[in-house]
Amino acid sequence: MRTRPAARAGQYAALLAYLIFLAFPFLWLLSTAFKPPRELGSLHPTWIPRHPTLANFRQAFEEQPLLHAALNSLLAALGAAVVAVLVATPMAYVMARHRTRLARAASGWVVVSQAFPFVLIIIPLFLVLKRLRLIDSLAGLTLVYVVWSLPFALWMLVGYVRAVPAELEEAAAVDGAGRVRTLVSVTAPLLAPGIAATALFAFVTAWNEFFFALVLLKSPGNQTLPVVLTHFIGAEGVADLGPLAAAAFLATLPSLVVFALLQRRITQGLIAGAVKS
Amino acid sequence: MRTRITTAVAALLLLLAGCSTGGTRDDGRITLRFQSLAWQQESVAANKELVREWNAAHEDVKVEYVQGNWDGVHDQLLTSFEGGEAPDVIHDASDDLADFAYGGDLADLSGLLPERLKSDIPQRSWQATTFGKGVYGVPFLQEPRVLVANSAWLRKARVRIPTPGHPWSWDEFRRITAQLSGEGRYGVAWPLKEPVSVTLNLGLSAGGTLFERGSDGKVTVRFGAGDAVVPRTVHDQVARDRSAPASTLGSGGSDTLPGFFGGRYAMVPLGFSYRQQIEQQAPKGFEWQVLPAPAGADGLTQGVSPQTLSIAEDCTHKKEAAAFIDFLLRPKNMVRLALGDWMLPTGTQALADPALHTAEHGWATGTALAGHLRPAPAQSVRGYPEWKDKIATPAYQEYYSGAIGLGELRKRLEEDGNLVLARYQR
Repeated sequence: MRTRPAARAGQYAALLAYLIFLAFPFLWLLSTAFKPPRELGSLHPTWIPRHPTLANFRQAFEEQPLLHAALNSLLAALGAAVVAVLVATPMAYVMARHRTRLARAASGWVVVSQAFPFVLIIIPLFLVLKRLRLIDSLAGLTLVYVVWSLPFALWMLVGYVRAVPAELEEAAAVDGAGRVRTLVSVTAPLLAPGIAATALFAFVTAWNEFFFALVLLKSPGNQTLPVVLTHFIGAEGVADLGPLAAAAFLATLPSLVVFALLQRRITQGLIAGAVKS
Repeated sequence: MRTRITTAVAALLLLLAGCSTGGTRDDGRITLRFQSLAWQQESVAANKELVREWNAAHEDVKVEYVQGNWDGVHDQLLTSFEGGEAPDVIHDASDDLADFAYGGDLADLSGLLPERLKSDIPQRSWQATTFGKGVYGVPFLQEPRVLVANSAWLRKARVRIPTPGHPWSWDEFRRITAQLSGEGRYGVAWPLKEPVSVTLNLGLSAGGTLFERGSDGKVTVRFGAGDAVVPRTVHDQVARDRSAPASTLGSGGSDTLPGFFGGRYAMVPLGFSYRQQIEQQAPKGFEWQVLPAPAGADGLTQGVSPQTLSIAEDCTHKKEAAAFIDFLLRPKNMVRLALGDWMLPTGTQALADPALHTAEHGWATGTALAGHLRPAPAQSVRGYPEWKDKIATPAYQEYYSGAIGLGELRKRLEEDGNLVLARYQR
């Protein structure tokens, strides 16, 4: 099927417009981060700062322990992503391949659990973690993130496992491969994009999370990046906009890097199962 | 492969375990955790410096500075109290204390504070933190709402410049804003993202009380003539005179600043501490000044919710915590905190400090208003948050935008509002 040049140009224009729409918040954040205070209060803001400055970054780093907070966030997010995937993958496999009542009930519970608001569970959670002596620790926070992201991770992975034809595993078995060999050599490689997408989901969820971190961490040395970012905001929502934008810009970078590293696998993961075999 | 995965997971868990604090250090000294909500650069610096000074002078009682944040502080404290893990010394605002005070989460400070501090802060400020028979916070910083004005514009228009001694009346204010307006320029821009607290606090000047406490202690809403003065002024400026833009009614204070700097609005009613942002962001050569808010039958009176320092009921060293609060709020230290936050101290000695009486940045105008500040009328009313969110906010927003009239506003605030409050007072 051939596409007319005019139609193709229209498609590119629409795509470009969509990309600009998606990139706008990030580019505006970038622009704001380099603007001096007097340009922030301008009635006619410009895309390119007229007098670009690094002062916002300097102030942000001087006022708040951004690097330390970023490290805390990274540890909690990576920990959550790794553990969530390690736990969810075998569970998802069982749920996808053995459609028992228990598996269906578990699927239903996963959906229901997503409806619980944070506020409803935070106090019992706080008390449980206190009992486990995990309040004010990154290990405790990571545990919460794992539990929080597990249902959705499981849901995602069940879909990916179902997208891997069971006939492939049966063929491997006919060829003499054992159960473990089949899983490692046949299923796992096909599932890898889905696992990468799920890990990224768990990572981003934990990286951006604010409320649990606010409530569960007390020591300044344990605070994560989203909590530290709010230190630039005062009562009634007044904000120290320049340093906040600088810090927020830096906070977006790790997610972008992880996206860039996993991009190909994620794309494969997202379209897995889109075409019926 | 399996070995590598196992090693990676083990390393990660070890790393995470190493990052946890594992509880309070036990070095034989008392350690108090002070959660501060200071956020402006100078304010954070002043707080940290004071904590350092305290620690240098008190080897046996160490204070640990914890940076809190205004966003979500109520939920964070609520959870901490429930879990018995609250900070020892707590920075908050007086209108957030009622639930914690009545819930037994905060210590009654009546017998803990020295006479010096008690007598230095006026009784009207203590009222903001008195719930039942106890005092649950020390009010130490407060800010009136003022008019920040474009000086050149006012000068050019030759309008009378109000002073705390001779302020504008609400009628005069309306006339002047109409006089200043024209051709896409407005006499005033009202940032009314939070319309209820602004309206109620400024309404005190006109004798507005809105909440009436009966002899049985029950509170009802009654929208009297005094309560109508401020809302009617704003409504008429927006809907009749066109001297205030409707576009800023949903905005926060910071959102109106570009228009103010750009010469679109002659005045913006803002909290006193906004001066810091204005000083930082105003274009070079931009002349601005601080004017008192208009006065009504009750003069310059307005409601405020002071910032407070409290002690958690679970704190095992309340006497030491109170001593730390006393240290933080010594007159000279209170001045440092006030200057850092661009706010007014509640203490009379601190308020007399020359540094707070300079004409620069409108400090003198602010300090002249301090004696007129009263506890916000609604802060001790149980059920106020629900009344505010479900009834008052939409009702005021619709009235200000011209969608409903004063009669409908009164009906909603009273009839619907009293149904809400009644549920809390059965």
